[in-house]
Amino acid sequence: MTAKHTLPEKLMLSYAAGTLPEAFDLVIASHLSLCDESRIGVEAYEAIGGTIIEKEIPVSMSPGALDRCFGRLDGQAPRPKSGDAVNAVFPKPLRDMIGGDIDTVNWRSIGRGVKQAIIETEGRATVRLLSIPGGVEMPEHGHQGMEVTLVLQGAFKDGQDRFARGDIEVATDDMDHQPVAEDGDVCICLAATENPLRFNSFVPKLLQPLFRI
Amino acid sequence: MLRSNAEEIPGALPSGSSYESVNKTRHSKDSQPVDTITQTYWTERMIAIRDHRDKEAFGEVFNHFAPRVKAFLMKGGAEPSMAEECTQEAMITLWNKAALFDPSRASVSTWVFTIARNKKIDILRRRNRPEPEELPWGPEPEPQPGDVIELQQETDRLAAAIADLPEKQREIITRAFYGDLTHQELSDQTGLPLGTIKSRIRLALERLRHSLS
Repeated sequence: MTAKHTLPEKLMLSYAAGTLPEAFDLVIASHLSLCDESRIGVEAYEAIGGTIIEKEIPVSMSPGALDRCFGRLDGQAPRPKSGDAVNAVFPKPLRDMIGGDIDTVNWRSIGRGVKQAIIETEGRATVRLLSIPGGVEMPEHGHQGMEVTLVLQGAFKDGQDRFARGDIEVATDDMDHQPVAEDGDVCICLAATENPLRFNSFVPKLLQPLFRI
Repeated sequence: MLRSNAEEIPGALPSGSSYESVNKTRHSKDSQPVDTITQTYWTERMIAIRDHRDKEAFGEVFNHFAPRVKAFLMKGGAEPSMAEECTQEAMITLWNKAALFDPSRASVSTWVFTIARNKKIDILRRRNRPEPEELPWGPEPEPQPGDVIELQQETDRLAAAIADLPEKQREIITRAFYGDLTHQELSDQTGLPLGTIKSRIRLALERLRHSLS
């Protein structure tokens, strides 16, 4: 399983380092569940983390720390579960976060057939699910920060590029992009933004605080 | 890029009888870099924890890694008491999740790093960090010994190569892991020597996937 559009290196590094807001962690963990190439990249950066740990100058643990740990060790090591929810639309990290698959989403209409559901997360970023009917454009917008979008169903086109299930698109604040859902299946995306988006046209700007797009 | 950091070995070795067993290994495998032999030792101890619930091995892993994890967390801005608590929780997680340790995919130091990173985030957010879905385990998940050695050697080469980076680039990478950089400050890193370790991780993932089919 490898997506056509994989995670950029600097997000591999940031995710491996564990320094991203939760909204981005959720989108990236979901992408990694669908894309081995990005997963390999993240694990390579984690190996750098391992070399940093290995080279640290040790700081003493408090007296008796090991004994306290010994007192809490259980005998059994649970084997990892495998093969759950094979036919789910949502990858496991997303299902864990919202407590179920696509049928549990509480959608809210934001016009022109587009629906969204905000997922509550910690930190200075927002993550939402979007449902966009085939042929419909996402509202035109620029960014105040980075936006990372993962396709979970259907596909969208942005200029020359096509993004389908598992693909990730990273947009930065210096680009205005215009994703359009492909005809066919409703396009379902998971998108994290660093800051609330600013809209280029007048009406959506008014709606922005209301809908937290 | 092979480099034997002989001067680091005393600090990296556990005390007492275990030193002798490392020494023995060293004599029997002269052709390997010393770091790899140390890594092999920790891998063996981690497998003893995983397969035999060996508490003595846990004690050794704790004594080596816990003070380094604590140092790492404090450099990342944690107060000593928080770093201490987080480190203890991480070591207990290492015991509880030992079944997931795959030495053909990650060295023990990498494994420890990912557990400590996640534990820190879990404590700060009061819920689990979104993590990619674990790859399902087939009937024959055990890696070949040669694959394990290769991964350890690649981890050593990576550590040596990171140490040899131009100082500015090395500092950026290290600060990224301490959370001193925002991802806006991060540029895409080029020239990082990750190609070969990615090949090893790719082989390990393919083995997991093939063991299912």
